[in-house]
Amino acid sequence: MLERIYKRAILAAACAIIFLCPARADAHLVTTGLGPVYDGIGHFFLSPGDALSALALALLAGLRGTAAGRRALFILPVAWFAGGLFGLAATGWASPPEEIVGALSLLLLGIFIATDIALPEVVVAVLAALIGGTFGFFNGLGMREAGAGIGVLQLLGVAVTLFALVALASALAVTAKPMWARTVVRVVGSWIGSSGLLWTGWVLHSLK
Amino acid sequence: MKTNSFQPSRQFAWLAVIAILLALAPNAQAHILPDEGGGFKAGFHHPWSGLDHICAMVAVGLWGAQLGGRAMWLLPVVFPLVMSVGGFFGLIGVPLPGQEIGIALSALLLGTMVCLEVKPKNLVWPAILVGVFGFYHGHAHGVELPPGESGLLYSIGFVLATGTLHACGITIGLVHRWAAGKIVLRVAGAAIAACGIYFLWVALHPETNESAPVKAKVSAIAPANLWQNA
Repeated sequence: MLERIYKRAILAAACAIIFLCPARADAHLVTTGLGPVYDGIGHFFLSPGDALSALALALLAGLRGTAAGRRALFILPVAWFAGGLFGLAATGWASPPEEIVGALSLLLLGIFIATDIALPEVVVAVLAALIGGTFGFFNGLGMREAGAGIGVLQLLGVAVTLFALVALASALAVTAKPMWARTVVRVVGSWIGSSGLLWTGWVLHSLK
Repeated sequence: MKTNSFQPSRQFAWLAVIAILLALAPNAQAHILPDEGGGFKAGFHHPWSGLDHICAMVAVGLWGAQLGGRAMWLLPVVFPLVMSVGGFFGLIGVPLPGQEIGIALSALLLGTMVCLEVKPKNLVWPAILVGVFGFYHGHAHGVELPPGESGLLYSIGFVLATGTLHACGITIGLVHRWAAGKIVLRVAGAAIAACGIYFLWVALHPETNESAPVKAKVSAIAPANLWQNA
């Protein structure tokens, strides 16, 4: 009993010391950046369109089973990285149709998830390659335009984060065996599709 | 003898605490950029901005909970999906005649369904009814979008808020499992239907709408950017 109190007292003292001696949190790294790899890792926190598309694809792949999830897990990051390399090398893309492609992707993937349509694994793999390649290409174009100069490392950070995101989300969907759990995933899909449709309307409205 | 592990009082106490905390939570204004976080905030705020929208969306959840089974998730899925179609048409500029009347009727009819505890054998009719009204609500939101926001974040916030309102309705509707809860739900449905009658009266007599002067009075004393973001 005394030993437990002693341990807790030490833990409380350690916490108090840590709180009393905080280091400065350099939160405003807009100008300095975090370094190319970490900038790439942070990409999905700053680009909700990309993150949501990747999440939707991962959920779709997970719903279609373990094999489809495994394929998406490797195809999406690799295609994203390859598309990014093409984007870094591409010229003559002044204003890529990034928004409308993102909106339509969300709409399509959301409908597939909400309806729980039995897509063959090959189709899921092709979708992963297409979406990964296209979004990666737009990322590469953006990095090139921003003049980062070290885009390959940034793309590496993006691909690593994507791998982790797809692994977690598709695993979650694969384990959604009970009816209620599968329904929750489908409801999330319907919300993703709804967001995609509204975003499509928004983009068309902005073009007017 | 196996006892039922369901403990309604404790679960509802937790749900009530969470609901109160969520309702009382202030905005976390941590570096909201006008084109990013502001879009989500504006989108999430929009469905809460009118009592007519709140009544209809909560009624959908209540009715779903009354119907039970598949309806509990089917109706709240149909509403946002069709609502986004309406929002899409509103955004691209397709007009919808009788918009305010349609919204008022949604509160009136959905409230009536809850009040009378209507339970059709086939879920097609509830889904069509909810879908039609979802279209009206979505169209109204689509034509009232604030300029200069992030389209995606606005859309996500908008859909999440709609889903949250349905979830509120479903959570309240869970009292349906008790005899007293059934009566409470029917009274709530009657209250929503009564609100619907008022909305209908206002929609048919727009010159008597008193909310416009109130809003104008508030906007005159509020900072200009408050209404841009809200």
